[in-house]
Amino acid sequence: MTTTSALYDSLVKIVGKDFVSDQKEERYFYARDGGLMPPHEPDFVVMPKTTEEVQEIVKLANKEKVPLVPKGAGLALTGLVIPQRGGIVLDMKRMDRILEVNEKARYVVVEAGVTQGVLKSYLQKHHPHLRHSIPDSPPVATIVANAVIHGQGRLSQQHGFNSDMVSGLEVVLPTGELCRIGSCSVSSYWFSKGPPLPDLSGLFLGWFGTTGIITRLGLKLYPCKKMRDVMVFLTDKAELVPDILLKLSHTEMIEDVVVSAAPLPLRFKGTFWIMAYITGDSDEELEFKRKMVWDALWKYFESRDLGFLSVSPDMKAPLMSMPSKDTSRFADVSKGGGFQYAGPITPIEKFPAFIKKLEEVAAKYNVFYASTTRLIGAGHCMMFSFSFSFNRANADEMARAKKALYECSKFALEEGGVLWKADIYEQKLMMDKMDPNTLVLMKKIKQLLDPNGIMNPGNWEAK
Amino acid sequence: MPLPELKFDKTKCAKCKVISCLVKCQYMDFKDKDKAKKEWHKLINGEDSSVLEACTTCYACEEYCPYGNHPFYLIVERQEEKGILPAPRPTITMWINQCQPVGRFLVGKIEERALSYCFLPQFNTLVKGKLFDGIALSVIFGQEFFCNAVYLHYAKASVIKDRLPKIVENIKNQGIKELVCLHDECYGTFTSLAPAYGIDMPFKPIHYYEYLYGRLKELKDLIKPLNIKAAYQRNCSARLCPETDHYVDDIFGLLGVERVKRKYDRENALCCAEIFRMAKGPALADDVQKRNIDDMVKFGAEYCIFNCPACWDSLAHRVVKQGIKPIHMIDLCKLAIGEEQALRLPELAAEV
Ligand SMILES: Cc1cc2nc3c(=O)[nH]c(=O)nc-3n(C[C@H](O)[C@H](O)[C@H](O)COP(=O)(O)OP(=O)(O)OC[C@H]3O[C@@H](n4cnc5c(N)ncnc54)[C@H](O)[C@@H]3O)c2cc1C
Ligand code: SF4
Ligand code: SF4
Repeated sequence: MTTTSALYDSLVKIVGKDFVSDQKEERYFYARDGGLMPPHEPDFVVMPKTTEEVQEIVKLANKEKVPLVPKGAGLALTGLVIPQRGGIVLDMKRMDRILEVNEKARYVVVEAGVTQGVLKSYLQKHHPHLRHSIPDSPPVATIVANAVIHGQGRLSQQHGFNSDMVSGLEVVLPTGELCRIGSCSVSSYWFSKGPPLPDLSGLFLGWFGTTGIITRLGLKLYPCKKMRDVMVFLTDKAELVPDILLKLSHTEMIEDVVVSAAPLPLRFKGTFWIMAYITGDSDEELEFKRKMVWDALWKYFESRDLGFLSVSPDMKAPLMSMPSKDTSRFADVSKGGGFQYAGPITPIEKFPAFIKKLEEVAAKYNVFYASTTRLIGAGHCMMFSFSFSFNRANADEMARAKKALYECSKFALEEGGVLWKADIYEQKLMMDKMDPNTLVLMKKIKQLLDPNGIMNPGNWEAK
Repeated sequence: MPLPELKFDKTKCAKCKVISCLVKCQYMDFKDKDKAKKEWHKLINGEDSSVLEACTTCYACEEYCPYGNHPFYLIVERQEEKGILPAPRPTITMWINQCQPVGRFLVGKIEERALSYCFLPQFNTLVKGKLFDGIALSVIFGQEFFCNAVYLHYAKASVIKDRLPKIVENIKNQGIKELVCLHDECYGTFTSLAPAYGIDMPFKPIHYYEYLYGRLKELKDLIKPLNIKAAYQRNCSARLCPETDHYVDDIFGLLGVERVKRKYDRENALCCAEIFRMAKGPALADDVQKRNIDDMVKFGAEYCIFNCPACWDSLAHRVVKQGIKPIHMIDLCKLAIGEEQALRLPELAAEV
């Protein structure tokens, strides 16, 4: 193996010395994320600018068998960008070009470092009739990484996971070859990630960067209506929530549905807030949709089990913001910047059981909790977050939060959920439970694509 | 300590010839006085009555009763006794929890005379300029000073009875002798609700209209008549203190504002109706709001003058759509003395 300084020189040759670091400060910073996973330092941090540079770095790493971890904003929070075995962290931020918007086929092609916030403002400015499915993560989160972890956003109730909205990929394989996936592999258009071809995007999406580095991504865009509103309903009966969600999705009129549960601020205590977002090009359209929503939920309102809240403009503003400011505010509620959530993807019928578990676990470990549920598809499943915030300066509080999280993850898995953006411990839990033949298939794919096991090692590592 | 009890005088009702509490109700049909009397007596005697379910909690019968006999407070008591939910249970729970006094409040540099923002942050925007010279810093705000009258909408007289004595004590403990109430829900609580429950007032409540009128007279030289036609939006809690309504005319007189003589003003006013949406659903609320705003348009109002910030939240963007300018009474006074309107409509254009 080449010496560390020779590797450094080779990396400098590829990206220039301003964009490689083996310094303590960078290694400290890139060793950790905002969650609970213990830190581990990389040897180098590299910031490529082009696909060609990525290819060269990958080839070098593959030759030298040096671990390589692609990183967006590091906001997945489950240690997915912590280099478990050192090596190179590839920070994709400089690949920040929006390459193409096809207005008529409604897609955009972005480089790997383009963030949610940048794409949002770009579309607002240049293509105000188009939008993408914005997640509630802080706006520096990247489009690509969000698809890699199968994120969900504002349009997930209508169109599924954000990764379902991918319309093509350009990937550097772990052995350095550049590969196009989807319609863009046979055409100059990026309108489909698979169909009518074999859908190879599944070799990369959900793999946490263990099978290749995505350098470009096509993303479907959707109509952006002129107006938006939120209707806030509340119930104190968790057992009604699944049915309410189903009734809302039955209207086929909703942009997004989110359920919040938290003991604080006091107005949240004792009730679950169901936020139904609607959009329209005119007052009439919005009014019609409001009526559809009311009609759908009338029986619960009439039985006095479901309340409606007229919210003041002051209260509405944070609810309407994209990403939601409240989510980020909660993330630091304990002060000291610690926040992590287990967000199992699960059938919506599990809502009551999950809420009960969350309350039990929070009381057991004395940790501050909240939960946000997002409906995915027409009631097909939901992301239910068991969220805990903690003070990083308080080791005991962190340990309690970690125990609470793992207890919730285990419970979710037992109840039939599938863990989302699972950390390495949770990945193991799932792989232990997985159909053995599926596991063998995953292993074969991984070996085929990454024979030297350099890509984000530690993750999806089947024995 | 036992909870205070409502002082309701049945004998007044026995002698009453008008039964205005029900006859004048805009939401139930009791034009037939005998029918009204029968139903009202059922209610007084603790029997089941259709009134308990049908009441929209508009507060108006407090004003309609010519004998100051608090018919609405009695309705609330009866609703609670019978477990009738005027709004969905979770909404009531939310309100009870949200306004719980938990030691979070703001006090300014308190003097013997102070302003009460109640629990309404909008007053922070409104209270500015010459009108409030010398008092602007003497302010109380928060759950600890929240009048709690809102629970009248939710059949929770018990919450008021439990919390109100402590709130009164909290205000007294600030050394306040005169409290200028910027929301007439507070003023009505201290001048109508508290006395109805036998709660003594250790300070003098002053309606902010009286305060504004006094200040405007002091600032008379600065006033430039506005020469506008305005619809006045009376709020539910104005029904608890109808004796203050003349200040609207007095202030308008000073400012050169014509209070349009429309159908839904004064005793026949329609409230903002947003409580109806939360209690009874959208149909009634939409109907009341439409009738109210159409009436403003019909009578040529250029402005809609708001007294209550909650009415502002529910109606301001709706009146704008009909070409009427919304403005809070405090801001109206500011305009006339050459200052700027502070409470404005937020950009409701949705962020996408
Ligand atoms: C307050 C808060 C709210 C959140 N709300 C949401 C939400 O509503 N919806 C949601 O989906 N998520 C949410 N998240 C989770 C997360 O922040 C987002 O999913 C975010 O999009 C992740 O993007 P990132 O750039 O931070 O990814 P990172 O954490 O940097 O990376 C995630 C994974 O992608 C891999 N990766 C990164 N770039 C590449 C690449 N070019 N090629 C291959 N693999 C790559 C990484 O190795 C890692 O395994 C939230 C997080 C926070 C803190
Ligand atoms: S409450 Fe008043 S108006 Fe109604 S019957 Fe009694 S005295 Fe008459
Ligand atoms: S509060 Fe209003 S709706 Fe209820 S009885 Fe009195 S006037 Fe009628």
